[in-house]
Amino acid sequence: MVSKTRIWITRDYLKCSGCRRCEIACSLYHENKIWPEASRVRVFMSVPGAEVPHLCVQCDDYPCVGSCPVKALSVSEKTGAVLVDEAICTGCGTCVNACPGKIPHLHPVRKRILICDLCDGKPECVKVCEEGKWNALGKVKRSGSGASMKAYARTPDEITRELAVNLYGEKGEELV
Amino acid sequence: MRGYAGKFLEIDLSTKKVNEVTFNEDLLLEYVGGRGLAAKILWDRLGEKWESVDPFGPENILLILTGPMTGFFPGGRLCVSGKSPQSNGMIGSTLAGEFGIELKCAGYDGLIVTGKSPKPCYISIIDDSVTINDASHLWGMEGKETVKVLTKETSEMVRKKYPRYGLLKEPAILYIGPAGEKKARVAVVMTKWSHAAGYGGYGGVMGSKNLKAIAAKGMGPLPDVENHERMKELLVKACKECFKAELWRRWGTGGGGYSFAATSSSEPVRNWQEEWHDQKGYAVDKFEQRTWIKPYWGDFGCPTTCLKLATTKTGPFKGAITDNPDYELQAFLGPNLGIFVPEENVYLASLIDDLGLCGIQGGSVLGFTAELYQRGIITKEDLAGLDLKWGNTMAFAELARKIAAREGIGDILAEGTYRASLKLGKIKHTDLSPYVVHEKGVSIGAHGIRSGKDFSSNIGYACSVQAGDHTSMAGLPADSSGEITDVLHDSGVYCSFNTFSVGEDLIFEFFEAVTGWKTTREQWYKRKGLRILQIQRAMLLLGGRDAKWKPEKDDENPPRFYEPLPTGPYTGKTTDRNAFEDSKQEYYEAVGWNKKGVPKPEVLRRLGLQNVENKLRASKIIS
Repeated sequence: MVSKTRIWITRDYLKCSGCRRCEIACSLYHENKIWPEASRVRVFMSVPGAEVPHLCVQCDDYPCVGSCPVKALSVSEKTGAVLVDEAICTGCGTCVNACPGKIPHLHPVRKRILICDLCDGKPECVKVCEEGKWNALGKVKRSGSGASMKAYARTPDEITRELAVNLYGEKGEELV
Repeated sequence: MRGYAGKFLEIDLSTKKVNEVTFNEDLLLEYVGGRGLAAKILWDRLGEKWESVDPFGPENILLILTGPMTGFFPGGRLCVSGKSPQSNGMIGSTLAGEFGIELKCAGYDGLIVTGKSPKPCYISIIDDSVTINDASHLWGMEGKETVKVLTKETSEMVRKKYPRYGLLKEPAILYIGPAGEKKARVAVVMTKWSHAAGYGGYGGVMGSKNLKAIAAKGMGPLPDVENHERMKELLVKACKECFKAELWRRWGTGGGGYSFAATSSSEPVRNWQEEWHDQKGYAVDKFEQRTWIKPYWGDFGCPTTCLKLATTKTGPFKGAITDNPDYELQAFLGPNLGIFVPEENVYLASLIDDLGLCGIQGGSVLGFTAELYQRGIITKEDLAGLDLKWGNTMAFAELARKIAAREGIGDILAEGTYRASLKLGKIKHTDLSPYVVHEKGVSIGAHGIRSGKDFSSNIGYACSVQAGDHTSMAGLPADSSGEITDVLHDSGVYCSFNTFSVGEDLIFEFFEAVTGWKTTREQWYKRKGLRILQIQRAMLLLGGRDAKWKPEKDDENPPRFYEPLPTGPYTGKTTDRNAFEDSKQEYYEAVGWNKKGVPKPEVLRRLGLQNVENKLRASKIIS
């Protein structure tokens, strides 16, 4: 039984304005700096207009957690987020390869893995996205099975391809 | 220094030498960044020989500068500058996008690009790895294709440099289209398909250096600021103010194509022959319902996201993508060409983007040519068979391609409306000046002055140091609504559209929280900003080999702005010459220029600009 306090961040890519205020909010909260590459959410935009806020989806089977050779990753009982113990993490990158969406990445300076921790249940990225009424990111209660969450764990390139076609039709295929 | 990365890159494309350069704190305190710093760098390096500098010669300097506020104040921008091939002065031309952020995160405040590459090249900056790469495979490529190919190529460079970091975000790319490669004076520097540093003609300057693009990627944070907690508070406050402007956010300038004509009679219609129309089929709801696929689109840190992504998915104009189009492109590639169909406007805007042409300068020269066609001054034969009648979108598209390729008559039109009018006038033995709506070589933005109902004042263009630039207009009182305010935003390098909601007091506070330098309004308007204005004025008056401006003759509105408006609720209204003269003299006095519009020696001395005074004396501008 999944705990009642577990949450999930919905992502509606078509609504993303590409403003990257989620990156600003995330890095200010976690790093106390505006630091896009140290943000746990990053908005990929290899095709303009097809912006992809890329962040952990909390797969039910947490392949990253299982893959960690030094057991630096754990799951928060409260929120369901993957927690990184930076004191244990060696930055080996095994979890990156285990993730179907290649979502974790290394902190540019500390060289430890960065994964969204859901801000202990009050995600900053969602706050700033809702505040501007973009609602590309939203917070929902995670109840029942989360089996389809994993479907969201995809690389920015995969998502961009589909998004570009959704936005631009046939032209989108040429642009990717 | 706070808010700054602390160093700049100087790249000599002739020798392929790359150096890090720094500016001392005293200099940055006075000139800030972006436009202000550009004025300082250009004056120090080229001021002495300004008149003889060929904007397309290797001696010109291409500046790509951020400011201390870039990335912090909502809506970061980037300032592109150099000697302008349009005005022969200096224009601080800004564009939005991610480039300035990536550059600062890579550790650089800006780029100083000199010389000329022997072959097409592009620069890549991935943190401390700066390389000049072959671009022969990119030469000739249009905008969207360039973005696609270079994003892949430079993302691969990032992966190679950081193989063990997981997936990293793609670099930001600044590029030119085919028009820039051909040194069209109406070419722009672009990013993200549809964002352009338009005014100035710096796309052609990049092309003259054989520089197709610059890519930047930084792994670091934005620089430290002086008072982090205060900056965060002000950021929240500024964003809250921006959120309040709900309709501004919803429509951006995309409602302008109808409203600036229907309500304020200030939109160019058929090359400014009229400034009014009531084409309801061109109203914002039609753009919104028929072409907009993303209601809010923007760039790093912008709470407003006033852009809207527009596309056409069916019919003869299928496959076009652009933003909004914003008002300027709605106007210049719409009513200005007798076009009142949203899909056709989106198509032309997308094409202009792809070619790397300026929507304003390009739209202006297309409209000018169509008026000559209307009057029988130029013929179908001159246009290689094109039937350039008002509203013929496909003919305008074809002519735009000719301009970008400098093919046939396109070679003349690529010189921009003013210079093309002189060349065509000679060929046709006709004075074409009545049909040219320019200010000192720069086609005027889509805000006419005749009705007096728009924000543009009667001296807005005539007395501007950036000439026809509607984002940098002279105005009275000079210490609150004049060009010195634009100098502030363009030197801090953030989006002036977000300053509509955020008051100036908050902006000065924001500057202080970021840089630690307390600047008062008084200091800005009476000293720092004014000083930058004087340098730009001096460069404009010094001019260049092919065009020199005399204030008594050229601080003037185009002839068309003195014709009475022929249609609409303000029929008969026009610019009052006497009122214009009065405002002009009042403005001259307010910014320290004499009755002839020349900076006064004592003002220059008070501002510490003795070298500007000396140069203006040597060039007989100060007698």
